[in-house]
Amino acid sequence: MRRFIIRRFAFALVSIVTATFAVFMLSRAAGDPLLLYANSGYGLSPEGEAALRKRLALDRPVPVQYALWLGRTLKGDMGETILDRKPVSRIVTQRLPTTIHLGGTAFLLSFLVGIPLGILSAVMRGSFGDYIGRFLALLGQAVPSFWLGLVLIMLFAVHWKLFPAALRGDGIWDVKHLVLPTITLAAGGFAFYMRITRAAMLEVLDSEYVRLARAKGVANNRVIWKHAFKNAVIQPLTGATLGVVGLLNGTVLVETIFAWPGMGLMAITAVNNNDFPLLQGAVFFFTILIVATTFLTDLLYAYIDPRIRYD
Amino acid sequence: MTYQSETQTTTTPAETGMGAQVREIQSRSFASQIWYFLRRWPVIPLVLMSILLITGIFAHLISPADPIDQSLGFRNFPPTWGKAMPEYNVVPDPADYDLETTKGKSAYSRAKKNSFPQSKFILGGDNLGRDVLSRIVYGARISLQVTLYALTSGIIIGSGLGLVAGYFGRWTDEIIMRIVDVWLALPFILIALVIAQQFLHQGGAALGVVIFIIALVAWTPFVRQVRADVLTIRGQEYVFAAKVAGASHLRLIFRHIMPGTLSTILVIATLRVGQLILTESTLSFLGAGIPDPIPAWGKSVSDGRQFIEEAWWISFFPGFAIFLVVMSLNFFGDWLRDRLDPKLRQLD
Repeated sequence: MRRFIIRRFAFALVSIVTATFAVFMLSRAAGDPLLLYANSGYGLSPEGEAALRKRLALDRPVPVQYALWLGRTLKGDMGETILDRKPVSRIVTQRLPTTIHLGGTAFLLSFLVGIPLGILSAVMRGSFGDYIGRFLALLGQAVPSFWLGLVLIMLFAVHWKLFPAALRGDGIWDVKHLVLPTITLAAGGFAFYMRITRAAMLEVLDSEYVRLARAKGVANNRVIWKHAFKNAVIQPLTGATLGVVGLLNGTVLVETIFAWPGMGLMAITAVNNNDFPLLQGAVFFFTILIVATTFLTDLLYAYIDPRIRYD
Repeated sequence: MTYQSETQTTTTPAETGMGAQVREIQSRSFASQIWYFLRRWPVIPLVLMSILLITGIFAHLISPADPIDQSLGFRNFPPTWGKAMPEYNVVPDPADYDLETTKGKSAYSRAKKNSFPQSKFILGGDNLGRDVLSRIVYGARISLQVTLYALTSGIIIGSGLGLVAGYFGRWTDEIIMRIVDVWLALPFILIALVIAQQFLHQGGAALGVVIFIIALVAWTPFVRQVRADVLTIRGQEYVFAAKVAGASHLRLIFRHIMPGTLSTILVIATLRVGQLILTESTLSFLGAGIPDPIPAWGKSVSDGRQFIEEAWWISFFPGFAIFLVVMSLNFFGDWLRDRLDPKLRQLD
């Protein structure tokens, strides 16, 4: 078990370093980053330019620059945005809870609605409810989330004026603003979890030990929830890794559409303004979120399924 | 207590065997025969996919108007749904047509009719007065092109890596699988946006860059499944016989092992096309996709975003097209997977 944890942790570190290094290199690919800080038309003298370059450490080789950035970030100083010289760490601490607010709610919604529906769908296989459920899952997987968000705004915010169209309310419990973005974000995940759970549950219900339990006369409810469920839930848990990656990618879109002031919107702004300290910070935190969830999911998976520990 | 997973609603035939089953079904009512046929074959997805293909190939014949043709007087024009709009007909000058001769009269009435044909603005006009339906039709073509190129690159790279990983095993396998794992943990959208930012071109990214970005996300599922397939095929006797006969590594991989993986590759490819279309439209929506004059579905949705109150049709119809296409592709992919290889779960 300990080797397993160490391996997953090392993998997490490698992922973070790879992602941030890739974005670091890519941000410098198009041109001299100095031009972002000081437009060449502003008459920066050669000495001033050299001094600026030295201050920003742009005269060192790129891997060294990356190492400097990494060292500073781990100490908490992520630099300042190019646009208005605000400290990136402050922006991140403002926006990260907002994103977790939206993303967490959407994750819970998709997880807690998708898995029971998947189980029900598997248990009542072939019934009308099963078909409706499968159809909904197919819909949820196929619908483009930006379009769904816009349609929801069209219907519920503009036409029927039930929910506000954008922005976030005050505080965690302002549910009104949370409804539309959460539904948009949760749609894909819900479909995903429901399909995996249904497939896993069907497989488990056909297995021998379930048949034995039924032959022994165990009540149907107990068979499903005590025996089949625990084994069937392994698949969605492993799938949660992919689900969270999809969720974070979807957050970027949904925050753009609903102007939800979170990390996704920050990242889009950073890309559009070519603001690479902000962008580095965004990629850093996104990757941390992804690998943290992956790590936790793997731990949970190893805890539930003893076979994986001896890997 | 009856368990619903075990009761079947079909009646068992009196005699057994395939012929008896077929005869039994043929003896049922016409309605239930049709229902049986619809349940077995994915009719609606196939119809939608062929519509997509025909629209993509013959876009210039099907489209009612030029997708790039702006007419700012018709900005945000509401959909006509095919009705005639006589109030927009520009009355031609009778002096231009010699109304005495028959040809003059018919030319005059044709000119009147063609000043606002019924095929114009069926689904409305977008924010620059372009025809929404034409943009959807031409957008099908560009979506298909980009997705197919990206998918092909993804197949070649992914299957290649999967073959190599499965065949050579041990260190190569470890390294390749670790690379895939790290790749999957990266926040794709941000990286895609950064790459596109470096190659900005007229309101999107250069077309080759867009295909490259989508290929980056297309290759991963192939590696895992092809590798699993290779591990199974490697143990077969005919592969062993070929090896004993002295086949080189290259020959073994391409002549003996790879043909066995083709059905897996086909199933994954079909399952993946829908997702790639979604990826491409997401990129176009965020402004990092297909560059400007070329109509792309995601771009149309983003164009209409500011006008969602007064002109909802600009965003709605292209997005609906994406939805229909992806849904039928997914449905078809599922059906194909169930027919060819039910073991392939859609986990990737």
